[in-house]
Amino acid sequence: MRTTNDIILLSHGGGGTKTSELLKEVILPALENPVLARLDDAACLDLPSAELAFTTDSYVVKPLFFPGGDIGRLAVCGTVNDLAMQGAVPRYLSLGLILEEGLRVADLRRVVESVAHAAREAGVHVATGDTKVVERSSGGGMLINTSGIGIRRPGVDTHVSNARPGDAVIVSGPIGDHGVAVMSAREGLNFQARLESDVAPLAGMIGRLLEAVPGVRCLRDPTRGGVAAALNDVARSASVCVRIREAAIPMRDAVRGACSLLGFDPLEVANEGKAIVICAAADESAALAALRSDPLGREAVTIGRVSDGPPGRVLLETALGGERVVDVPTGENLPRIC
Amino acid sequence: MTTKQQLDEIRSLTARIGRPVRLMEVCGTHTMSAFRSGLRSLLPPSVTLLSGPGCPVCVTSNAYLDRAIALARRPGTMVATFGDMIRVPGTETSLERARAEGAQVRVVYSALDALKMARENPRAEVIFLGVGFETTVPGTAWALREARERVPNFRVLCAHKTMPHAMAALLRGGELRIDGFICPGHVSVIIGSQAYEFICRDFGTPCVVTGFEGADMLAGIAMLLRQLAESRAEVEIQYTRTVRREGNARARDVMNEVFRESDETWRGLGLIPRSGLAIRSRFAEHDAAVRFNDVAVPVPVEPKGCACGDVLRGSKTPRECPLFRKTCTPDHPVGACMVSSEGTCAAYYRYE
Repeated sequence: MRTTNDIILLSHGGGGTKTSELLKEVILPALENPVLARLDDAACLDLPSAELAFTTDSYVVKPLFFPGGDIGRLAVCGTVNDLAMQGAVPRYLSLGLILEEGLRVADLRRVVESVAHAAREAGVHVATGDTKVVERSSGGGMLINTSGIGIRRPGVDTHVSNARPGDAVIVSGPIGDHGVAVMSAREGLNFQARLESDVAPLAGMIGRLLEAVPGVRCLRDPTRGGVAAALNDVARSASVCVRIREAAIPMRDAVRGACSLLGFDPLEVANEGKAIVICAAADESAALAALRSDPLGREAVTIGRVSDGPPGRVLLETALGGERVVDVPTGENLPRIC
Repeated sequence: MTTKQQLDEIRSLTARIGRPVRLMEVCGTHTMSAFRSGLRSLLPPSVTLLSGPGCPVCVTSNAYLDRAIALARRPGTMVATFGDMIRVPGTETSLERARAEGAQVRVVYSALDALKMARENPRAEVIFLGVGFETTVPGTAWALREARERVPNFRVLCAHKTMPHAMAALLRGGELRIDGFICPGHVSVIIGSQAYEFICRDFGTPCVVTGFEGADMLAGIAMLLRQLAESRAEVEIQYTRTVRREGNARARDVMNEVFRESDETWRGLGLIPRSGLAIRSRFAEHDAAVRFNDVAVPVPVEPKGCACGDVLRGSKTPRECPLFRKTCTPDHPVGACMVSSEGTCAAYYRYE
């Protein structure tokens, strides 16, 4: 019998010697920082007294590794970006790992290193964590929960209800990359053009934006449900009409092609490294310049306006010159028959 | 030609015709494209687009779904299906719910994916739900041919349908007054534009095989209107990029080797002679309906008030259905037309 630690066993989650072995050998070396290193029951954080932003999210992506990223990077970026969209500077994360027995330790190591890498990129520390092992089921090997704490910038209010008629609607780059990359990895679809997830921490880019334009009205990351869901949130909470132009929406050809093949609307496909920015028309060019000065926002562009039209509606001016409603997406994206 | 020029032409042709015109887009992809591209908002009011029965999920009968669900619950059986089938409500439940309750239901992108599943799970019975028109039939035929040689645990529950005789049945019904057909692009790649010639001959109804971009559809509509203005009824091809008169003979040969023409039940349209495909007896070993003819299925009941049937015939729009936007929404679909991404009700719900 092999005694090496090559796969996760239920005993790795038992809280005994095997648990501490796993921590010492795989998890702690990657995430090393003074707060975590104390391994206390709770992390004690030294934060300036200020308004905090606090969020949590669970990550269940299949497969664990996909072109452009993995579940670890996603678990950091997703939570960091939720903080950033509230105008907060992300500081600390928690990391809850739920592992299935049978998971390869090499895969766990890769994921934890990716967490560490993304955390450095985002300027956050993993301050506390937990590892549990569950019996093998169809969870895909590993689930991650992260919570995040950030410090809000004073005077910044980016709630979706702030949109006003006349505001510019900006997207920070081409849409749909993440959803299509994961879908094609999951289903083994081999599109000729290689397509990578856009998963990235946006706190830096948003920092530049808010320095240049502190009065940004709304920020939203168009993750699940895509741009369609994000803009509907804006339209409904601010009771405004959002009008966007199809011809202005940036999208890679590979995403366009894959969506047309699978019957998806690219506006409904998830992004993990993009922001929707709504700002006063007078701030539009400063906002675009600030976004474009960051590598993650190089392709930022205005896609439409907030208008006086029917409140709560998102309307798309199509490439053909027609107009249609963009509704809130429902359920999971299901590939169609033909 | 620019969109504006195309629209000017459409306007002048409708003026020449001098009466309201009703055109049917047979295919669900056309329905979706007409909404997504905003085309419907650009057409003159005298041109009405009717949505036809060309959404494969929508026209699949409850009885078929009930059987598929019963098979999925059978121990040792895996059901492989195209994604948009799994949420369609059957008489008592859906494949999605059956899956949540422990049935083995997997989403695949083609019959060949299902065949691969059968190879990888030799101890399971793998049943592929063969649904769709002439676009998906060749794939199923190919998989069955392979299975007969070397994959004994692969079966197909067949509800494949063919388009031209269903179109003729709609004209024979008469209630619809269809002035012209926007014929499906992808189906026609296989069957060729020749397959519609009997429709022009027997019913005097013009047909134009049309591509799926908004601009393609505008051009196809203009071609139909020109035929009407000139009192012609012919099959023309707008989608010349991919469609030929003779179609793809090789794909049809494979289809004919495995399937024979049959009478088929369409949801909403009833039994239509010569509109279905049955698995030939040589392949009976792989025909799930033959192999598992003993599974218990509920007596199929169509949901009360659901107007899917009328919508599929084009005799009602979704707005005229009492359930539309009330009890029937994409989150809680009552009828199949609300489920599929190509369903007429889903298109009206999302884009109107």
